[in-house]
Amino acid sequence: MLVDLVIRRSVLTLIVVLVARVAFAQAGPTVLPGQFEFAGSWAPIGTEDVQNDSVPVDYLGLALTDEGRTRALSYDESQKSMVERQCQGWGASYAVLGPFGLRISRQSDPTTNRLVSYTIDPWEDWNGMTIWMDGRPRPSEHALHTQAGFTTGRWEGGVLAARTTHMQVGFIRKTGVPLSDQATIDWRFFRHDNVLTVLMVARDPVYLVEPEIISKGFRLSQTPLDFRDPCVPGYEGREPGDPVPHFAADENPFVDEFVKLYNLPREAVLGYRETLYPEYRKKIKDTYVPPPPCTADCGVAGNFVRRRGPTP
Amino acid sequence: MRRKLLAIVVVMFAAFCVPASVHAQRARDVAPIDLTGYWVSYVTENWRYRMVTPAKGEYRRIPVSPAGVPIINAWDPVADTRAGNQCKSYGAAAIMNVPGRLHITWQDADTLRVDTDAGTQTRLFRFTARTSSSAAKPTWQGESAARWEQVPAPEKGGSLRVVTSNMRPGYLRKNGVPYSERATVSEHVDVTSLPDGGGELLLVTTVVEDPVYLNAPYITSPHFKREPDGSKWEPTPCSSTW
Repeated sequence: MLVDLVIRRSVLTLIVVLVARVAFAQAGPTVLPGQFEFAGSWAPIGTEDVQNDSVPVDYLGLALTDEGRTRALSYDESQKSMVERQCQGWGASYAVLGPFGLRISRQSDPTTNRLVSYTIDPWEDWNGMTIWMDGRPRPSEHALHTQAGFTTGRWEGGVLAARTTHMQVGFIRKTGVPLSDQATIDWRFFRHDNVLTVLMVARDPVYLVEPEIISKGFRLSQTPLDFRDPCVPGYEGREPGDPVPHFAADENPFVDEFVKLYNLPREAVLGYRETLYPEYRKKIKDTYVPPPPCTADCGVAGNFVRRRGPTP
Repeated sequence: MRRKLLAIVVVMFAAFCVPASVHAQRARDVAPIDLTGYWVSYVTENWRYRMVTPAKGEYRRIPVSPAGVPIINAWDPVADTRAGNQCKSYGAAAIMNVPGRLHITWQDADTLRVDTDAGTQTRLFRFTARTSSSAAKPTWQGESAARWEQVPAPEKGGSLRVVTSNMRPGYLRKNGVPYSERATVSEHVDVTSLPDGGGELLLVTTVVEDPVYLNAPYITSPHFKREPDGSKWEPTPCSSTW
C-alpha cells in the first residue's frame, strides 16, 4: 500500500516537473511586462556625439534639402544674444540632442487611477514634453503650433511609442539647422535593465530629405535630477530692436571651419544624404587625410570643449 | 499494476534526464521579432568617429581609464597590419559601430548568425550553452550567449539579449582606443517600424565593460535600416588604417 502511494506520488511529481520544464525551457526566456516603469530620473550618457564640437556650420549626420541647407547657412548664432531670443529655448528634438537628463513623472486620473500622461520636466533651455496617454484626439492641423508641440503615446509590445506634431518652426540642431512646422517626430522609448534608450525619428517634408534618426542612452539615477534655474535674459551687447544677426547663405564665414579642423569632406559637413551610408566611406577612402595627432582636450574632458579657431 | 507504474516512473525519470534543449522549443521557432535579412548602417551619430579615422590620440566620449591612454598614444596601424592584427577595430565590442551591412540568418535552430560585409566578420549568437570541455581560444568576435526577452501574451514583441566575452583584445575605434580580453559586451537588439511605411529599423543598445581600459561602461546604440535584399552587400577585408 505504502509502495503504491509512493509510486503514485512520484508519478504525479514527475508529471508536474516535466510540464513545468517544457513550459519554461524555451531558450531561456525572460518574461517582461508589457510596460516598464518610465517615471523617474534618467541621467544622460554622453558617449554618443550628435552636436560634435558645436562649431557654427556642422550638419554631419543629417540629410538636408537644399532649402534646409540654405536656411541653416544663413543662421548666425549671435541671434541667441538678443534679449528677446535668449530664452527662446529649443524644440522637442532637444530631448535627445541636449546634454541634460530626463526627469519623468506620471499623472493619473485621481478617480480611476488610470494613466493620463507622462511629463518630462523642462530644463534651462528646453520646454519639456507632455506625452498624453489617455487616447485623446490630435488637434486640428490648424490648431496652435508651439515649440513643444503636441505629443500622444501608447504602449506597443513593451515599448513606449509616441508622436509629436504641431511644432512651430524651430531647429533640429543648435547650429541653426531648421525644422519646419510641418515636421513630425516619432519616439520609441526602450528600457533594458537600468538603461533607457530613446529613439527619435524626425521627418520634415520641407528641410529633410530623409528622417533624422537619433538614439540616445540614459541611465536610471538613484537620486532625483536637479535642473538649474530657469533662463533669465540679460544684456549681452545687443539692444532691443537691433537687426537680427544673419549671413547671406553663400557668404557664411564659418562654412569651412569644421572642414579644416578635422579634414572632413565638405559635403558631409553640409549634410548631404549620401554621407549617411557606408558607400560614402568607400568613396572618400583615397582622398581623406586624417588630421594631425590630437594634442589638447583629447579625452572625455574634451567632450564639451568648444574647438574654435579665430573668428574669420 | 505496480510494475506498470514503476515502468512509467523509470521512463519519465529518463526523460527528465535528457537535456532540456530536446524538449525546449527552438529559439528560431519562438522568436518574438524577426531579425533575419539585410540591414544597413544609418550613420547619424558619432559620424566623425565612425565614417573617417579620427586623429591619433583622440578618445573623446569614451571613458578610458588611465591604463588605456598610453596605448592610445602608441597606436601604430602599420605595426598592426604587419602583425596580422588589422581586424582589431572589427571585434565584437566595435563591429556594430563600423559602417556597413549586416546579413542575419539562422545558422541552425538555436544559433543566430550575423555576417558583416565590413571586415567580413561573423558573429554567432547561441541560445544554448556550448558543451566544450576546454576553454575556447579568444577570437575577435568572442562567444555570445543569447536569449529572447518576450513581452507576455496577448502583447507581441520582445528583444534579443546577447552577452559576449572571450574576445581578443581590440579597438573601440579605428584610431586605437583599446579594450582588453577581459571586456564583456552586453547588447539588446530591438526592431521597430519606421513611421508611415518607412520600413524597419534595427537598434542595438551596446554596453561595453572593461575593467582594464574603461573606468565606466561605454554605451552606444547604433541603428540600421532594413534592406529588401543583398544587392548592396559588398564584403571588404579588415583594414588597420581605414
